[in-house]
Amino acid sequence: MKILVCMKQVPPKDAPLKLNEAGTWIREDVSYEVNEPDAFALEEALRQKEKHSGEVVVITAGPARAQQVLREALAKGADRAIHLEDAAFVGLDAFNTAGAFAAAIKDEQFDLIFTGLQSDDCGFAQTGVILAELLGWPHATIIMQIEKTEGGIKVKRELESGYFQFVEMPLPAVLTIQSGINKLRYATLIGIKQAKNKPLRKVALAELGPAITANSQKIERMYVPQKTKKTEYLEGSSAEIAKKLVEKLKDEIRVL
Amino acid sequence: MSETILVVVEQREGKLNRVSWETLVAGQSLAAEMGWTLEAAVAGNGVSAIAGEVAAKKVSKIHALESPGFSPYTPEGFSAGLKQFISAKQPRLVLMPHTYQVRDFVPKLATAMGRTVISDCIGYRKEGDKLLFTRQMFQGKFAADVSFNCDPPWFVTFQNGAFRGDRVEAGASAAPVESVNVDIPQGTIRNKPQEVFKEAKQAVDLTQAEIIVSVGRGIKEQKHIELAKQLADALGGEIAASRPICDSGWLPMDRQIGSSGQTVAPKLYLALGISGAIQHIVGMKGARSVVAINKDHEAPIFEIADVAVVGNLFDVVPALIEEVKKMKSSA
Ligand SMILES: Cc1cc2nc3c(=O)[nH]c(=O)nc-3n(C[C@H](O)[C@H](O)[C@H](O)COP(=O)(O)OP(=O)(O)OC[C@H]3O[C@@H](n4cnc5c(N)ncnc54)[C@H](O)[C@@H]3O)c2cc1C
Repeated sequence: MKILVCMKQVPPKDAPLKLNEAGTWIREDVSYEVNEPDAFALEEALRQKEKHSGEVVVITAGPARAQQVLREALAKGADRAIHLEDAAFVGLDAFNTAGAFAAAIKDEQFDLIFTGLQSDDCGFAQTGVILAELLGWPHATIIMQIEKTEGGIKVKRELESGYFQFVEMPLPAVLTIQSGINKLRYATLIGIKQAKNKPLRKVALAELGPAITANSQKIERMYVPQKTKKTEYLEGSSAEIAKKLVEKLKDEIRVL
Repeated sequence: MSETILVVVEQREGKLNRVSWETLVAGQSLAAEMGWTLEAAVAGNGVSAIAGEVAAKKVSKIHALESPGFSPYTPEGFSAGLKQFISAKQPRLVLMPHTYQVRDFVPKLATAMGRTVISDCIGYRKEGDKLLFTRQMFQGKFAADVSFNCDPPWFVTFQNGAFRGDRVEAGASAAPVESVNVDIPQGTIRNKPQEVFKEAKQAVDLTQAEIIVSVGRGIKEQKHIELAKQLADALGGEIAASRPICDSGWLPMDRQIGSSGQTVAPKLYLALGISGAIQHIVGMKGARSVVAINKDHEAPIFEIADVAVVGNLFDVVPALIEEVKKMKSSA
């Protein structure tokens, strides 16, 4: 099986974020890591390859810093990487990002494409599904299990409130992967060493040409959401906080 | 001719998904503000009963889209069928709830029509002649106002809880239901879905718990779960968790709170090291009181907390256990 994994670099969940001057995005001087569901998507691709042999290719769209995500993926066992390198990719909507991926892989023949089910920054939850439509492939979302079958694959879709559903589908197909589908591996020292010699193809924005058009949705402004609830902050030493909280639990919340 | 807002309500196995009322409320409020006409649609195979249910609300018309290709649900069937109807109808706005089902097909549908979806919105605002849709960014740390930069139909999905479903306005008289036969050509649908099922029986029913101590990834290591359990025991409550804790197997799945876990409404929900992602919040926002302990003062959990402690849970929780025990022994 030849599998492409689409990955994105995002700020860590507990990173302190600041707005840029224009108030349209965050200030970029933060640390970054791989979008969590994408890490699970990579792990799943590596496991499928271990079972059925084949190739795992990773792709990202982002500025130079995003290469780190690809390097880590190569160190974990991906065979090669594609970097759509341009700072402009950060501002693309899901349609354009999917279009860029589709254009970058037009000469390749994948059996499966994995994406994380959504990103921790924009949270569109759309790129994988749009990519499937652009390629004319079937897709399934929020996947928790993948098995190869005679004619294709059988996947387990997560539904709301603890429900699931198996879906059989032909290949090639696009799957969006849910966090927790597997247990992540760590890169080994030898893996990190080998990664240095693995191929990494860079693609410039200009090469993708007409695949990228004006965004059809635009962030007019970004801001810290207004608090609607009155919250009481407890301060002091841990002992003081504990005392105040217990009083509240007893007298106001009345559960003690 | 007046512009139309089309709300596509969701049905699953012949039942209306209640979250659809929220979307209808969004539609009613937009229609009033913009002076546009509100219509609704439901897609399935035998949906006249659901259409009738929606017809009691304040809408001008319901379209009952019928096709064997809508049942069982597949993204290909829904995308193809709705594309036919929406392309012919050309509404200005198409609104849907941001459910697992909708997020599975609506990006495909919009792309097939050369359009875009502003997904998972929590509200809208009208600014001059611009219509902006508000959505969360960076897991709720920020909000963004987003505009459409393309021709209609404009697709928008709304987050669970964004509008009050119980505020849906009833109509003066039943709205007309128009049945539309949609033709989904053979070969459109490649996915073969099987029955929907629930994994293993639930051993604990957290919906009845009055006190829930819930742990998130801030607990760091499996061995520290014990600390949270001690607090739960001291308080006489149940232990629960955010999804990553259950994914890691540190607590069983049936203790997971959130959109893919249980929905609870205890008197006290004490969140330890939980950031407050929307998928978690939907499972516990019905709690009467929320107390959150988190070291990050920007954590979105504080937005819905009644009582907030910005601090290290490993300092606060031991002190709290001691204080609770002290209080109980003196009582
Ligand atoms: C389709 C879908 C369904 C999902 N369903 C669910 C669901 O049902 N339930 C659910 O919970 N999630 C669900 N999620 C995942 C959800 O988006 C979040 O990823 C998850 O809730 C985060 O869990 P967390 O808050 O424990 O971890 P994190 O977001 O990593 O937060 C950890 C928090 O701990 C704090 N912290 C760290 N150390 C300390 C310390 N020493 N003291 C105090 N605080 C500390 C940090 O500041 C941070 O805020 C779903 C996601 C998707 C996309």
